[in-house]
Amino acid sequence: MSKQWPLWEVFIRTKNGLEHRHAGSVHAADGEMALENARDVYTRRMEGVSIWVVPSKEITASNPEHSGEFFEPAKDKIYRHPTFYNLPEEVKHM
Amino acid sequence: MKSITQLEKEFQARIDRDEKIEPKDWMPEAYRKTLIRQISQHAHSEVVGMLPEGNWITRAPSLRRKVALLAKIQDEGGHGLYLYSATETLGISRDELVEQLHAGRAKYSSIFNYPALTWADMGSIGYLVDGAAIVNQVALTRTSYGPYARAMVRICKEESFHQRQGYEILLTLCRGTEAQKQMAQESLNRWWWPALMMFGPHDKDSPHTAQSMKWKIKRKTNDELRQYFVDMTVPQAKVLGLTIPDPDLKWNEERGHYDFGEINWDEFWKVVKGHGRCNKERLDTRRKVSEEGAWVRDAAVAYAEKKAA
Repeated sequence: MSKQWPLWEVFIRTKNGLEHRHAGSVHAADGEMALENARDVYTRRMEGVSIWVVPSKEITASNPEHSGEFFEPAKDKIYRHPTFYNLPEEVKHM
Repeated sequence: MKSITQLEKEFQARIDRDEKIEPKDWMPEAYRKTLIRQISQHAHSEVVGMLPEGNWITRAPSLRRKVALLAKIQDEGGHGLYLYSATETLGISRDELVEQLHAGRAKYSSIFNYPALTWADMGSIGYLVDGAAIVNQVALTRTSYGPYARAMVRICKEESFHQRQGYEILLTLCRGTEAQKQMAQESLNRWWWPALMMFGPHDKDSPHTAQSMKWKIKRKTNDELRQYFVDMTVPQAKVLGLTIPDPDLKWNEERGHYDFGEINWDEFWKVVKGHGRCNKERLDTRRKVSEEGAWVRDAAVAYAEKKAA
């Protein structure tokens, strides 16, 4: 059996001014082929102006099972939001 | 550590709240297995589904029809890849999935085990087969597994042209000569019942439905989707001036739906179990393509390794 091509994650910028967003993945032997495969699979109808491909194994991801404690530091800091601060009604544009 | 029972309870609560499940989230093994089976079947269906139409590319009656057919088939390859990509997020490799198909252990939609005999079949496949697939897939855009739902959204956006191009083929034949119209009618006669079979057995005979509905993997039952398809399709066939080959088909005022005849379930199970007209040919073709392309895949790896060294 031949060796499976590695997996690449595909990120696409749909137009300038917008960020690249995750679209899916492709298999390819190298980065150049991954780009071409991503173009053929994910942008057949002009859905992109720019593509990033990243080897899937290079992504370090947070673990959802530890989401609670991982994101905990931000949880009780309601003073980071504007609505925490009380202002009189007549104050506008703030 | 939480017990499995506790984890399962929390999982079901998330589903009940309509939260999406993402790849690294905890999920019951049976949920994972059901998804792998369903999404990979769906992927295999897209890939095998390229074959009946591929057969007609060189015989398309005009350049317009030919580029449309090519684009449709290329989309199907793309849809297969979106779905394989979604399946791989569940922890199974592409090679394993393809191997399951080639070994005959994985299923794909039985509709593709019927032959495409005339050009009109390109019309019927787009109109009915893609039409039925769209009904199924629109429901699945709300499925509980995130990557599957996202693949479905993408696929649904692209499928609509498939159905329209099929309908247009039939429309052109129906407005043509008597012989052309007859070709369209015969094609509809061949594809109508297999298209209804695409929704699977009756709910009462579908062993996975109840659990899949509870997990919101499926959002509508087989019978609900089939009824929706019939209600939508019958008026469209009238515009073509074609007769749907079902003497029991009639509008039921009370139900607000069309009644229709019973599917030949013996035929359905025969084809599912591998005894349709093209089961062997389809799998042989897939295996042949894979074997003959192996050297290309190997060469690409060797080249990438050499460049990286």
